[in-house]
Amino acid sequence: MRKKVFLTAGYNTISMGSGRKEFNPKLPRPELEDYIKEAGQGVIKQIPDASLIDEVIISNFMAARYNKQANLAAFAPYIDEKLRYKPATRVEGACGSGGLALAVAIKTILSDFADVILVIGVEVQNTVKAVYGSDILAGAGWFKDRKNGHAHYFPGKFSERAGKYFEKFGRLDTRKAMATWYKNAIENARLCPTAQEYHNTTPDLFSLAMTEPNPKVFLDNLTVYDCSKVSDGASAVLVVSEEGLKKIGKSYSDAVEIIGIGQAIDDITKAPQDLTQLLTTKEAVNKALNMAGVSKDDIATIECHDCFTIAGIMSVEAIGLANHGEGWKFVLDGHTSREGKIPFNTTGGLIGWGHPVGATGIHQAVTIWEQLTGKANQAQIKINKPYGLSVNMGGDDKTVTSIVYKKI
Amino acid sequence: MNYVERMQRVAVLGAAGKMGSGILFLNLVECADLSLLPENKGKTFIVYAVDISEEALDGLLMYVKSQLRKVAEKKINWLREVYQSRQDLIENAEIINEYIDYVLSKLRLVTTIESSYNANIIFEAIKEDPHLKVSVLKNINENNKNKPWFFTNTSSIPIQYLNEQANLEGRIIGYHFYNPPVVQKLVELISAKNTLPEIKEFSYKLAERLNKTIVESNDIVGFIGNGHFMRDILHAVNEVNNLLNKFTFPEAVYIMNKVSQEYLIRPMGIFQLIDYVGIDVCSYIMNVMSEHLKDNNLKCNLLENMLANGIKGGQYADGSQKDGFLKYDKGKIVGVYDINSNQYIPLSDIQEKCDAALGQKPQKLIPWKTLINQKDKEPILTEIFNEMKNINTLGSKLAITYGLKSKEIAKNLVTSGVAKTEEDVNKVLITGFYHAYGPINNFFD
Repeated sequence: MRKKVFLTAGYNTISMGSGRKEFNPKLPRPELEDYIKEAGQGVIKQIPDASLIDEVIISNFMAARYNKQANLAAFAPYIDEKLRYKPATRVEGACGSGGLALAVAIKTILSDFADVILVIGVEVQNTVKAVYGSDILAGAGWFKDRKNGHAHYFPGKFSERAGKYFEKFGRLDTRKAMATWYKNAIENARLCPTAQEYHNTTPDLFSLAMTEPNPKVFLDNLTVYDCSKVSDGASAVLVVSEEGLKKIGKSYSDAVEIIGIGQAIDDITKAPQDLTQLLTTKEAVNKALNMAGVSKDDIATIECHDCFTIAGIMSVEAIGLANHGEGWKFVLDGHTSREGKIPFNTTGGLIGWGHPVGATGIHQAVTIWEQLTGKANQAQIKINKPYGLSVNMGGDDKTVTSIVYKKI
Repeated sequence: MNYVERMQRVAVLGAAGKMGSGILFLNLVECADLSLLPENKGKTFIVYAVDISEEALDGLLMYVKSQLRKVAEKKINWLREVYQSRQDLIENAEIINEYIDYVLSKLRLVTTIESSYNANIIFEAIKEDPHLKVSVLKNINENNKNKPWFFTNTSSIPIQYLNEQANLEGRIIGYHFYNPPVVQKLVELISAKNTLPEIKEFSYKLAERLNKTIVESNDIVGFIGNGHFMRDILHAVNEVNNLLNKFTFPEAVYIMNKVSQEYLIRPMGIFQLIDYVGIDVCSYIMNVMSEHLKDNNLKCNLLENMLANGIKGGQYADGSQKDGFLKYDKGKIVGVYDINSNQYIPLSDIQEKCDAALGQKPQKLIPWKTLINQKDKEPILTEIFNEMKNINTLGSKLAITYGLKSKEIAKNLVTSGVAKTEEDVNKVLITGFYHAYGPINNFFD
């Protein structure tokens, strides 16, 4: 990094959808612009004045279809009229949109164009039933592959991955690890009031998640418990230079430093090279850790992209915490739980907190910021190592951004 | 004619009625799905929806469309397979829309009976009037050269009676769906003396395809379902009369409705169920049963008095509930009818007093919605009803008596030869009335 970049003043709305007590698909709910406004104002309230913001970046996947709305950058002044005539950009990279938005913000700071950037991620998905939502989400893959895909296109993709992993490394053990992943996710979500699974009271989560998949109604190798949820929500955060940090009157202890970023993409028209690995994720994480000069052993907590439980297990391997084919064991041994060696997804991740697609990458950054600055309230883990890591993945391991954060 | 050939021409009579529309829908989807199978390529399938009311047929089309979407969404996996070779259909939404249009293309809405002269099988769901049924069935039979099979949805008229009066030579069977047919799993199957065995065989095959459970009932009016339901009504009305020395009429109705729903953990209270079925329909069935069985106890003056006051219950064309014993707002009970003043008393006026009179609710009691999803209901129910037996409140006492009476009615259906086994009676109440447990049990003894 040619100069220091910080992240501060994070805010998450509730991740709304099935599982939340207040969610009723038949009643009117907050809409796209409401979420953008809530998240944006949630950040602005933490600084002296909105005019201190130099630029806005909005990340979102498919508002054009979910909400029939494009040109999202122009919602910035709707948050606060002091943002009128400021530069704003909308960024899209499917489920990896948030990571890309942070990357754009970091680069903008590094290029001296701005000192204070408001980054907002948003998605409002409950406008359509899941069966039609699957069509929309399929846009994260190559459309020419849609016809041959499963009705639930992406779950279908990861069901295939899970099937291959089962075949190579054992079905029962892997399913137990997936159930453990689910259990950890829900238990963490129960500690975070904005999480979609915050109200979950199921007593025996592990047994529930061991329910056998039913290909007739859903998929060959995954159940609904293996899938992240359909969510409405937004997250926002400030990416700032050292000067920016002073301008907004924040102390170092309120911020984390971004010391490494790794981006990697793979060809969307090609099937994964190896169904049992997330090779693009691996590449992005390596780049980020190398840039930061940090070893994976120095990391206190990780937010990974567990759009499916099997993706969580494969992420553990891609990050290098377990060898290929041994990620299930690492999870089953409890190393990724909040008391484990390296707590993953401490507010529930995509499975437990929710997956408002365009917001997810930002939500991950906000969670790491909360943990490293001691602002995670009930969900707070003990931080005795200085670094955090996030991995945000778009599509089937296609558009990946990984970021290394340092506690100051 | 094999199963598929027979299904190529189906007519549903009274297709726009409450039961008829569900029966029509199930047959329509079955015909369309059969036609989508590769082995049936080139065969034509047509379903005639016959009803005398043009307005009702108009509403039927809307009903079919909305139900079709739900069905299509549920079987999207299968539909993607079916349309695999259609390169123009890529997204779920495109496939679902195509399927809906396709199914509708099999449907003929008609107001004239002549269309059914072409059919191979005829589902009859017209008004529960023996003379009307006989004349319609006879007319079709005389004009249809296919020697059609008749499936009657009568819930009260003996099949043998229809068979003889309409000269059907055993080409008829009682195929009694439960309301709403699309949801309720049960079909009561009732053979006449000489019903052709191949009709019975076909009936089972169709039920399997429609994902329905068949319970055979003997050909005694009311069959199992109404045989139980009508006597259940009489018990509840009897209890209302007993309560009248301490409570007003609306209060007594409220109390018995609450006890039969919440305390007995049923999906609806007895008076809500009467409203749902229709007070006129209930009264009609009871009269037919009384007449055929020569049983003067099967009479209910209260139902007659309600009808005399113009209170009928039943549903509007859009499926919403009409007021009957109870007053409804968006499906919720908001008032109770007072037969003396001929007006509805707001629930809030009587609820507090009645709930207090019913006494402390058993602590273990859970709502039907919760119970129905439990895997092992027996121990839960044993615990609940044991608690009820041990607390001396009005609510518990009424519930225990009600449960015992329901058991007695059910057992009598077996001893009087209506049902073949006790199990069959329980199956009817569970799959046709959505009860969480059968009436023949040991919970209340």
